[in-house]
Amino acid sequence: MSEKKTNLVDLGFMDARIKLIDIAAFLDRIDRHDQSDDYRVSALKGAFPELLSSETGRAARVLDLLSDQSTEPVNESNIQGAFGAPSPEQ
Amino acid sequence: MRYIEPHAHMVSRTTDDYMALACAGCKAVNEPAFWAGFDRASSQGFYDYFRQITEYEPKRAAKFCIDHYCWLCINPKESEDVVLAREVMSIIPDFIQCDNVLGIGEIGLNKNTRNELQILEEHIQLAIDHDQMILVHTPHLEDKLKGTKLIVDALCNHSSIDPSKVIIDHVEEHTAPLVMDKGFWAGMTLYPESKVTPNRAVDMLELYGHERVWMNSACDWGVSDPLSVPKAVLEMRRRGYDDSFIDKVVYLNPAQFMGQNPKFKLS
Repeated sequence: MSEKKTNLVDLGFMDARIKLIDIAAFLDRIDRHDQSDDYRVSALKGAFPELLSSETGRAARVLDLLSDQSTEPVNESNIQGAFGAPSPEQ
Repeated sequence: MRYIEPHAHMVSRTTDDYMALACAGCKAVNEPAFWAGFDRASSQGFYDYFRQITEYEPKRAAKFCIDHYCWLCINPKESEDVVLAREVMSIIPDFIQCDNVLGIGEIGLNKNTRNELQILEEHIQLAIDHDQMILVHTPHLEDKLKGTKLIVDALCNHSSIDPSKVIIDHVEEHTAPLVMDKGFWAGMTLYPESKVTPNRAVDMLELYGHERVWMNSACDWGVSDPLSVPKAVLEMRRRGYDDSFIDKVVYLNPAQFMGQNPKFKLS
């Protein structure tokens, strides 16, 4: 690292700001179109408290909250893709 | 700047991408065998694919002064069909001695099924039998945490596996420690919509260290950016990291891992 410390807030604030507003607009949009009862939206909202946590490791904990927590391999899968949050069946 | 792109599916990219990689300082690309976006119907399709990445793609890369290396397997998205998977694995030994083949990969899991796990185990045994290094794909999104744990367990069950000759790719903040604490190499994939961004990749270097890690674009036919590694380099420069640190992360580290196979020689 160079001796001069980079101001990471200067570097990242506008990017974080637009992402935060985008999430707020996403929630408004799905409310407006009556689509907010999706399990993925519930999972997303379940991770929001981590944003207010003062403890470091927020990214890892958000990822954990959006992960399948089961431990055994499944017998079979009829899909190949993933959806970003564990389905209620998992 | 010089760098190695250690995970790229160049069969899915245009010649213009080779030009862009070369202009950005890329000296070598590493191409693990992958899913073509649809399921192949027979092992003959894989035979042709293995010929493509061992014979044709190195010539295409060489036109841009880029060395090309590859890895062989049937990827986990197609390994649910164990009969097909075993047919494909039976032809891999015919290609292992090709000049640009560095090992078995990208093997791993996709939906964490029993069949996928069985074929993963058989790929690990294939690598052991032929004294090959291993490159592992970890599942996407919600399946990654569970899949990474199953993969690490499967590898650790083999006492003959040397963790320093295995890279587990597509780690994120919640899986990197699971991989690195066991002595495996960890790959960070920089994707525009999933996996990690350049910012988060540099965060992970700060959190988990810059030994036994590499960064890649995993560029393929989907949403991906072949120049994402140079973008992570820009992020490192913005944060004040010097040239020697950057060179280690994006050039020396992948060269160190791949160089464990004597066939890896940068021209």
